[in-house]
Parts: sequence; structure tokens; C-alpha cells
Amino acid sequence: MSVRIYIPRDASALSLGAESVAAAIAAEAQRRGIELRVTRNGSRGLFWLEPLVEVEAATGRVAYGPVRLEDVPGLFDAGFTEGARHPLRLGPTEGIPYLKRQERLTFARVGLTDPLSLDDYLAHDGCRGLRNALAMAPADIVKAVTDSGLRGRGGAAFPTGIKWKTVLGTESAQKYIVCNADEGDSGTFSDRMIMEGDPFVLIEGMTIAGLAVGATQGYIYLRCEYPHAHRALNAAIAAAYARHCLGADVLGSGRRFDLEVRLGAGAYICGEETSLLESLEGKRGQIRFKPPLPAIKGLFGQPTVINNVISYATVPLILDRGAEFYKEYGMGRSRGTLPFQLAGNIKYGGLVEKAFGVTLRELLYDYGGGSYSGRPIRAVQVGGPLGAYIPAAQFDAPMDYEEFAKIGGMVGHGGLVVFDDTVDMAAQARFAMEFCAAESCGKCTPCRIGSTRGVEVIDHLVAGQQPEKQEALLRDLCETLTHGSLCALGGLTPSPVLSALNHFPEDFRKARIGAAA
Amino acid sequence: MKRQLQEQAIRPMPAARPLAEGQRAEVMEVIERLRALPGALLPILHGVQDALGYVPPGAVALIAAELNLTRAEVHGVVTFYHYFRTTRPGRQVLQLCRAEACQALGAAALERHAKQRLGVDFHGTTADGRYTLEPVYCLGNCACGPSLMLGQELHGRVSAERFDALVGAAS
Repeated sequence: MSVRIYIPRDASALSLGAESVAAAIAAEAQRRGIELRVTRNGSRGLFWLEPLVEVEAATGRVAYGPVRLEDVPGLFDAGFTEGARHPLRLGPTEGIPYLKRQERLTFARVGLTDPLSLDDYLAHDGCRGLRNALAMAPADIVKAVTDSGLRGRGGAAFPTGIKWKTVLGTESAQKYIVCNADEGDSGTFSDRMIMEGDPFVLIEGMTIAGLAVGATQGYIYLRCEYPHAHRALNAAIAAAYARHCLGADVLGSGRRFDLEVRLGAGAYICGEETSLLESLEGKRGQIRFKPPLPAIKGLFGQPTVINNVISYATVPLILDRGAEFYKEYGMGRSRGTLPFQLAGNIKYGGLVEKAFGVTLRELLYDYGGGSYSGRPIRAVQVGGPLGAYIPAAQFDAPMDYEEFAKIGGMVGHGGLVVFDDTVDMAAQARFAMEFCAAESCGKCTPCRIGSTRGVEVIDHLVAGQQPEKQEALLRDLCETLTHGSLCALGGLTPSPVLSALNHFPEDFRKARIGAAA
Repeated sequence: MKRQLQEQAIRPMPAARPLAEGQRAEVMEVIERLRALPGALLPILHGVQDALGYVPPGAVALIAAELNLTRAEVHGVVTFYHYFRTTRPGRQVLQLCRAEACQALGAAALERHAKQRLGVDFHGTTADGRYTLEPVYCLGNCACGPSLMLGQELHGRVSAERFDALVGAAS
């Protein structure tokens, strides 16, 4: 009798040794004459437990982790292939509290299935949303997405249905569906986990978008820093074509949808939608003036839906279970769930999909378990490198687009980067300006020049050279960046800078305090 | 400024050295394979860098001529993107993450260690030609930092000791 075990192929799991563990388990099984059937699944997103090996026992899947190379013989000795006791045994995977307390909607299949098996996908509710969509009028698909309350998960939180409606209503012989998979924000990896762990759901979501607006060509613009996701997407797209989930006759409907992956080339700014479109057209990734909106004049001048990976990946569920089902989750105008990503100096780092309304404190302590270093958490940067640094006094704020904005924060893509009390917030503020200078597309002056001046001003301020004057200058510069920049890079760089300055002013005075002492 | 411009006029940018025959054939193969794609320039540049390890200046002129673009346009694209390189890298490119999540776990210290251990700054290639060190802003491994990518292999929780073991073992 053979035993089924699961060893993730997710890049983070691999970064912690999953490949060598998989090889060692296979070798050890052979040596002992145990027949194994190994599935390389996506990650459950409990990264402190990776490599997390699961065994299909009589009672269901049992988890062991983190499994290191040297643990493998001992696991076999203990009889882990039958789900037996071992110090690394975590019990039934679904019962691990971190996972059990989540609301996994978009990530329902990630970690559960073989990401590259279309049969596995279909056996776990795959393509049900697409089948429903094929029987619906385009306007009804758009209405379902609008009614669900889904807002752009890339960070800007623009209602997805409104965007689709504009494209549907714009006449053109050729329209495009573009997926923004340029997940460049530090502290975010949910797009990557979907692309590696359940790529078919992204393909399905984009196909539904094509049906909804009358587009026949889709592009996934993927950052080149994600080679594992690149391989997974290409393999999944090939499988989808082979089984007519993509191509000239989607699921026998006679409708066409083609899909292709394009690689970015290490430019953060290409995560901005118009810059991304320029890049897809083969140009420098300089941002475009808006209007016209991409929904009216997008890729190659044609009406284009451009959404983030998570937005598309959530659409199949909405079309399968209905707008009402999805809308039940969340609070206020933030409906549904968001896959939060616990990153940086955090003990239990990973992915936590929760309905909107969960507080920062719950995420950091109930799930995250505090800092990795064991020191007090001093600041959390929420929403990527352009998000504000949130001090401990504000950890009770609910994660809701509008509520979080009231404290000067940005939920964004749901990435949380945790810092302990050894962080130098003046250095973080300086880094924000340095990053903006390195990544500015150069089109507008406040961003291109202001960021470099920002680095200099912070240096002068920290060095204590006419500090009051420098601080006034820095605030003035931030004002110019906020209101004078063409896009969010220049427009939001002041957010980490000013939040650091406002909440942690003492870090900007260190040189002066040192000199006075 | 004026003097600089005058000097430039006297000594204009030297014409790029034409490609060696082998390289030219490889670049042409990439161009022929991808030229029909809408927005073909980025895929072609990726193809050239995959094949040669970098985009030599001579390839810029060839790509420009074949795609009916100016050399300036192609040069502008090559230099806009951090990933494309115009000089030959070492046998392996080592990308060290500099982004916030890795900073929170000591990326700056790892960066100092890496530079000292390899004896190069960012963008530099080690004397033995084994490694080229590059900064990268996020590898998407933010719960397991500090991270680096060696070739196409991602590594997390990289301590100084682990770094030494990695660069000592790989070749």
C-alpha cells in the first residue's frame, strides 16, 4: 500500500530547504521499501513551519514541521508515514489554530492541491465560476462582481466592478485583460503564493473577466524576481490550453480567450498600472497621464481591464458562490477577505486570510506571536514601502480601507512588515526617499528630484545641522511630493517619511542628544 | 557644462563594437523567434540576456535595426530596467534583498558581510569571476528573511555563516 505525502514546492518553502527534504524523504522511503506518492503542493502559508510535510493518514492530513534534513530518518523511525507521534508532529493540518481561525476564500485551495494538476483543480470546485459565467450575459457578470463589493486588491482598492463596467461599455474591436503580477512591495507575497500554489484560479478569473467585458487576449505581467511563479504559470497555462480551458473554444462554449505571461525587468514603478502598460508595449516603464483611463485607452490604446492577481483570483469564487456570499464577510465598505501577509521581524510569519475588520494587534500577536527576535514590536509598516509606519499606540485600528486611512495608514495589499525596538526610524525614513530616488521613472520633477533632495535633507536633519530649518524643509518637500507627483510613488513616499518623523521624532535627534550628553 | 558639451562633440560616444559572429547568431535567433509578438522589445531583451548573460552594446544596434527603432530607444529601455545588464556577469549572479522586510531581520549586516566576503561592492564581480553581487528590492520571501537569490535558487533566513556556506559550496 502506498502512502501519499505532501511537500510544498512554494518558493519560500524551497528557500528553507524543501527540495533537499523531499529528496531525502524519497531516498529514505526507497531504502526502507515504503512506497510513497509525493504531491508537491503549494504552501499553507505557515512559513515558520516550513518545510511542512503532510501525510495522508486514515483520519486525514497530518502535518510535521519544520522538517530539516537531519530529521528525516527519525521521522521514518517514528512511523510518520502512518501519522505517528514525533516531536515535529503538529496534528491534523486543518486543526493548527493559525490556519483554523482563518477565513480562506481566495486561498481555499492553496496548499491543499497539486497546483499543476487541472484534475485536482476541477475536483476542488475549479472552473465552477467560469461555467456559471459562460451562461450569463456580460452585464450580469459585471453586476455580480460589482455587487460582491470586491475592490482592487493591489492596494488602490478601486471597485473592480466599476472598472469592468467601463471597459464593457467602451466599444472596440480589441480589448485586453491585464494582470498586474508585479508584486514589488516588500512584505507582500500573496500574489506569488497564488501563482505558485493555485495558478488555475488566476487563469479562470482572467477568463471570466474576458467574458465579462468582451476581451479575447490576456497578459500576466509578472516580475522577473519570481522565477518559480513563472514556471508554474507557464505550466498551468499549457495545461489549460490542452484541456480547452483557454483558447478558441473555452470549455466548448465557442468563446475565445488567450493568455500569455510577460516578464518585467526589475522596475518597481511597473507595478503602477500605466507604467506597466508602457512596459508591456515594450517601452520604458514611464507612467502615463490620466485621463484617459486604461479602461478606455489602455494597452496599445485599447480598452483594458487591469487588476491585481488577488482581485482576479477572487472572481471565480464570487461567480460560483454568488455576490451575497462574498459580501457577508468584512465591514463597512471593505467587503470580503484580504490575505494579510505577516513579514519582517515576526515570530510566526505567513499568510492570514481574514475578513476585513481584524485589528493590527490581533494579526501581530494572536497570529504573529510577537517579534521574531523576542524584543518589543516598535513599528509596523503596513501596505508596502509607500505605507505609513504605525506605532504600537495605534495597533488597535481595524483593517478596513476607510477606518485605517483615518489613522493615516493604508491597508494596501495587506502586507505587514514588523520592526522591533532596535529599528532606527530615521534610517527607515531615509531609505524611503532613497528607494523613491532609485525607482522613480523620472517623468515628474517632484519625484525625480525631490526624492534625492529628501535623502540629503534627512541626512542634514539627523546630523543636527540647523535641525528646525531642515525639518521644516522636509515637511515642505513632502507636501510638494504629495500634491505635485503624477503617481503614487512620489505621491505616497512622504507617508513612511512623515509617519516616522511624527511618531518617532526622537530617532531624528540622536546626534543632537549624543552631542549634548 | 559648455566645456563638457564641446568635449563630447569632439569625442562622440564610440560606436559600439559589433557583435562577435557567434553572439550575433544567437541574438538574431532570439529576434526572429520573438519579433512578431506585440510589444516584442522586452521579451527580446530577456531572450538575449538569457542566452548571453547580458545585453552587449552591439546587440542594441542590431535589435534597433531589426525592430525599426532607434538605438537611443533600445538603449533607453535597456538602461531603464535594473535587471538588464550591459556587461558580462560572473558565473552566477547573487541577488541580495535590500527591502524593508529583510532590513527588519538584519539585511544591512548581511550586506556588509557579503561585500566583505566577496570583496566587491554592488554590481561588482569577484576577482575569480564566480559571482556578481546585485541588490534586489524584494524576492517575495518576506516572512523568512533575510533572503538572497543565487542563480535561480531562493534562500531564506540567511545568516553570515549560511552565506559563507552557500558561496563556498556553489561554483
